[in-house]
Amino acid sequence: MTIKEIENEIVEEFAIFTDWMDKYEYIIELGKNVPVIEEKEKTEENLIKGCQSRVWLSCKVEDGKLWFAADSDAIITKGIISLLIRVYNGQAPADILANELEFIGKIGLQENLSPTRANGLVSMIKQIKIYAMAYNG
Amino acid sequence: MCSMKSIEDIRGNFPALQQNVWGKPLVYLDNGATSQKPQCVIDLVDRMHCGANANVHRAMHKLSDEATALYEGAREKVGEFINAPARENIIFTSGTTASINLVASSFCRKFLREGDKVMISGDSHHSNIVPWQMACEMAGASIVVIPVKDNGELDMEEFHRLLDEKVKIVAVEHISNVLGLVNPVKEVIEAAHSKGAAVLVDGAQGIVHCKVDVQELDCEFYVCSGHKIYATTGSGVVYGKKELLEAMPPYMGGGDMVDTVTFEKTTYAPLPLKFEAGTPNFIAQASLAPALEFAQSLREGEIAQVIEAEERKIIAYLKDELQKIEGCTVYGLGWMQQEGAAEPQWGAPGSKIPLFSFNIEGCFPSDLAQLLDKMGVAVRTGLMCCEPLMTRFGVTSMVRVSFLPYNTLQEAEYFIASLHRAVRMLR
Repeated sequence: MTIKEIENEIVEEFAIFTDWMDKYEYIIELGKNVPVIEEKEKTEENLIKGCQSRVWLSCKVEDGKLWFAADSDAIITKGIISLLIRVYNGQAPADILANELEFIGKIGLQENLSPTRANGLVSMIKQIKIYAMAYNG
Repeated sequence: MCSMKSIEDIRGNFPALQQNVWGKPLVYLDNGATSQKPQCVIDLVDRMHCGANANVHRAMHKLSDEATALYEGAREKVGEFINAPARENIIFTSGTTASINLVASSFCRKFLREGDKVMISGDSHHSNIVPWQMACEMAGASIVVIPVKDNGELDMEEFHRLLDEKVKIVAVEHISNVLGLVNPVKEVIEAAHSKGAAVLVDGAQGIVHCKVDVQELDCEFYVCSGHKIYATTGSGVVYGKKELLEAMPPYMGGGDMVDTVTFEKTTYAPLPLKFEAGTPNFIAQASLAPALEFAQSLREGEIAQVIEAEERKIIAYLKDELQKIEGCTVYGLGWMQQEGAAEPQWGAPGSKIPLFSFNIEGCFPSDLAQLLDKMGVAVRTGLMCCEPLMTRFGVTSMVRVSFLPYNTLQEAEYFIASLHRAVRMLR
């Protein structure tokens, strides 16, 4: 699936929620269940520091596709991370660079991407793009 | 406003409290960060923008006269509120942070020398740490810290032990924005004076919850913000003893702070304008007058008793309910930490204000805050500009709820019910 197709799939999944608490319940479940970064990968190098929560992100390249692993000490952040990884995992660097991320706004979580929230998510997305740039071409 | 008899009457003055967020009635418990504004303050700001907007102190026209009268009237009001001897003692700033920077920079330039010390309380906000570090760096002086005990109180034994003649100024929190305990500032001031040190009291939270009499305290400086006590943002105060303010060099140079200027030499305006360079935020400062009048009206007569009774109930309720939650650590319980301890007099040193910081095992603070927000409850999380204090308690984040007289026990109950729901979701 292309990045846009996955984004649209997520937007559809979230359309069923009419109540904010149900939506967050689902994000928390995603945060709890999705396998994330290994402990040994939680290095200072992979750490993205925010005021509210920390995010770790690592990246591997296989057959020209990027594979990400990440974690956070905040579970809602982790739930959103799992969505980001679902969107970007196994994609080509050029496609990641070309993509304008839309689904987070569409599912009503834009506030989590405010630079002043300092939860590490904005920096994480930037870091994903930096990895894509480094492995591109 | 004059006929407030109940908490509901108080709430009626605050348009911001009448709204829903995410479809739920707003329960605003982030008052330690800033207060909501009463109608009288909103009206004054409106009136000035519509009718009395002109730069203060400078022009020979009616609008400027009116703006100046409101600005200087607010200075009188501040002086009255904290019992300052004269208008020369009151310097307007943009807020507590600017106030501490002013004192740290000007006082230390004049009085701090190599090898001297600045003493700060261990519960300090970053704004009561960084300006002193900058001043110490300039002078070649060093910082000493009054440690905080496990129950959140300042370790006064250590304070007396650490205090010596090298200490030139002690900068102490009146009430920590994380712990919510009234510090024994009078004891700090007396001891500091006996060693020849000046004292700055950071009253960002203290002015909101305590009756402040700067002459009775006898502190050299008392600093606070307007926006935490119902005035609009961008207002703040330095109270300073006159002889010190006279002796200190100006903080910023520019318009309005001068007597005569030549390219060779400038002489400065008399107090308080010597410290008010540039166009001040005159509308925000003017809003201190209705704001402090409002605050004063809550401290007198029947309504004062209604508020105290409600706050006592909120404090007792939150202390019990938070501690009932499995894995919950509450910081800054002070005297309440010890079973059967005697309660200090309301508002006196050692007493607790309705402000609670806590952590719950297995629940990350920012997760709790986001879920509470969706249930309409506004709380604070993170370092709260107190990283050294967080480190002292071995955490990187806490959740804080802070109440003002317009908050009700019912809101505290709704908060606790919402917190239970959030904890269930996260565990």
